[in-house]
Amino acid sequence: MTAIGWLQAIIFFLVVLALTKPLGLYMTRVFSGERTWFSPVLVPVERFIYRLSGVNPDEEMPWYGYAFCVLAFSLVSLVYLYVLLRTQKWLPLNPQHFDNMTPDLAWNTAVSFMTNTNWQFYSGESTMSYLSQMAGLAWHNFVSAAAGIAVALAVIRGVIRTSGKTLGNFWVDLTRASLYILLPASIAVGLFLVSQGVPQNFAAYQTIHTLEGTAQTITGGPIGSQEIIKELGTNGGGFVNANSASPNENPSPLTNFIEMLLILVIGAALTYVYGRMAKNTKQGWALFSAMSILFFVGFTVVYAAEAAGNPLVHQLGVAGANLEGKETRFGAAASALFATVTTDTSCGAVNAAHDSFMALGGLVPIVNMQLGEIVFGGVGSGLYGMIIFVVLTVFIAGLMVGRTPELLGKKIERREVQFAILAALVTPILVLVPTAVAAVTPAGLATLNNAGPHGFSEILYAFTSTNANNGSAFAGLSPNLFYNIATGLNMLFGRFLIIVPALALAGTLAGKKAVAEGAGTFTTYSPVFVALLIGVIVIVGALTFLPADALGPVVEHLLVNQGKTF
Amino acid sequence: MTILSVIVLGLIYPFVMTGLAQVMFPHQANGSLVTVNGQVVGSSIVGQLWTKPQYFHGRPSAAGKNGYDPTSTGGTNYGPSSKKLIDSTRATIAALKKENPNATVPIPMDLVTSSGSGIDPDISPQAAYYQAPRVAQARKMDVKAVDDLIARNTKGRTFGFLGEPRVNVLQLNLALDAARP
Repeated sequence: MTAIGWLQAIIFFLVVLALTKPLGLYMTRVFSGERTWFSPVLVPVERFIYRLSGVNPDEEMPWYGYAFCVLAFSLVSLVYLYVLLRTQKWLPLNPQHFDNMTPDLAWNTAVSFMTNTNWQFYSGESTMSYLSQMAGLAWHNFVSAAAGIAVALAVIRGVIRTSGKTLGNFWVDLTRASLYILLPASIAVGLFLVSQGVPQNFAAYQTIHTLEGTAQTITGGPIGSQEIIKELGTNGGGFVNANSASPNENPSPLTNFIEMLLILVIGAALTYVYGRMAKNTKQGWALFSAMSILFFVGFTVVYAAEAAGNPLVHQLGVAGANLEGKETRFGAAASALFATVTTDTSCGAVNAAHDSFMALGGLVPIVNMQLGEIVFGGVGSGLYGMIIFVVLTVFIAGLMVGRTPELLGKKIERREVQFAILAALVTPILVLVPTAVAAVTPAGLATLNNAGPHGFSEILYAFTSTNANNGSAFAGLSPNLFYNIATGLNMLFGRFLIIVPALALAGTLAGKKAVAEGAGTFTTYSPVFVALLIGVIVIVGALTFLPADALGPVVEHLLVNQGKTF
Repeated sequence: MTILSVIVLGLIYPFVMTGLAQVMFPHQANGSLVTVNGQVVGSSIVGQLWTKPQYFHGRPSAAGKNGYDPTSTGGTNYGPSSKKLIDSTRATIAALKKENPNATVPIPMDLVTSSGSGIDPDISPQAAYYQAPRVAQARKMDVKAVDDLIARNTKGRTFGFLGEPRVNVLQLNLALDAARP
């Protein structure tokens, strides 16, 4: 590890910290329906959209109504993308004349984008028409992210509202998240990315001849407009197979820094929105602190592992950090930081091949996702995942001291805990069961790229990532029918079996009276609470997975140090 | 709602962005192409396959059959305990030693590892200095002159702390051709 590598991470964190409050304030205004900078332009657009689609923006929804709209919208968008991918051959903007996608791959890709996972079994540069990229994938990047923000908003409202049973209007939240937050940022930062070298055109690929006379195909496409929302919406599905490792998506250390910021900033700002809406910003900063601690622990482990390098390569007489699968312009530090950021959130963009990370360097992304990506988290999904852990923490803390647990003055009772536990159990079941099935079936083992414990890690990573709606991969694992279908189902369950209990939890909380804070109240913003929260996250989140993680990355780490290869 | 959002976010937005990008940053938007005497010889952000001794070579590449194929980007995805990884690294080291018998610095890590994209346009400065004696001999140049070219084409960390120092291989080779065709 070097001082400059650390400086990069620390400055990055400070910039996130500095942006949290201003962006959080702005988002609070947007979702409270107050006037903002963009209102003169966007209010008429917003009204026009509601009128045309027959939405009454003043109508509030109970939790099941809200959940129904989320599900209905997701289903329609899933079918739409599937049809687009299956018919792209006959549609415009396909200069490479790519064929229609196969049914299982189209299903996998459509689910992948609808659930904000963006798991990449497709290779963008050799299978996707420009129309599929921009009106399919990039569009999904906007709306699946906006839907996530909407759900987070609904959950926050449930936690803070003391009268009534409604959580807001899904269509309004969806529209505002897209128009006021995602779109303006995409235009401004997207153009900046282009200025740094990210292509933005509709031209066909062209063949050039190098100085040595070798032919090379230069690819293109509307990459800049998609790249920005891929990060900002914590989607992570690359325009090209190599994702943000490709210089076409991420040409310089500066674009790399900006892309990492984009991934984290909305999740960080949502903690402030939470505190602000709860009328106690300390509540938000308490979550922010817990997240920050987990962030630095993760980064330290990845960076240490990657900077130390591969002892098996060192034995061949070449010294240095592990650069297999990493780009020269990023090196070990920026790759370790990106890997931490992308799995702390549900982004899943990668600027290096996680499959080629050292065993412990690859373990951290897996654990981050197994915790439920609550370290700043995916846009929206991070916050509602974290609130579920908060409910569990106050419950467990209440049991320890024998007092009725409370969150913001509301009693946490049986139903709330049931919903929270349901959401917390989904992840281990959906990760461990399919991993076990894949590890003992020929179809599950057929397309591994690595043997030994690393092969097991590839399977574990795949189901962890798809369940957590992350989408990064130990990309050596190639698609086949089994994986296309299994990971597709996993993504669906992983998203909606969290969203529905989270909304139900919010729904039961919404009607509860809040009692004023007294001397006996266990505050949810003290350092003690932050420590307890981290404890619950680690115990509930990580311990379930310890045996599986030990079989993959931990065993590999020990064997590599003994000089064993597979 | 779905149809409206597809129109706004899926069609209008990328078209407007492309229009703005083509007007404001046409060079970058079209792939940062590099021309020599009116002929396009590559893109400054996309790495290329180099094999001749008088040019600097890039890193090993897993993109496509011969490497450096932008239509098939990606890395080897070999894990740290992969036998294939260790075997191919050993072979790469042997080939480097054969091509560069007069090298004066140790082999740097980036020259024996494949990048994540397979089209990494850069090498580390050390990887360039390692190859300098070979290039100088093939071009009948002074090693010192080649080293100077490397130094002039080395990009430091952005703002002093972002990323790693690096040399763009195409840019360096163009500078070489300009210095001694």
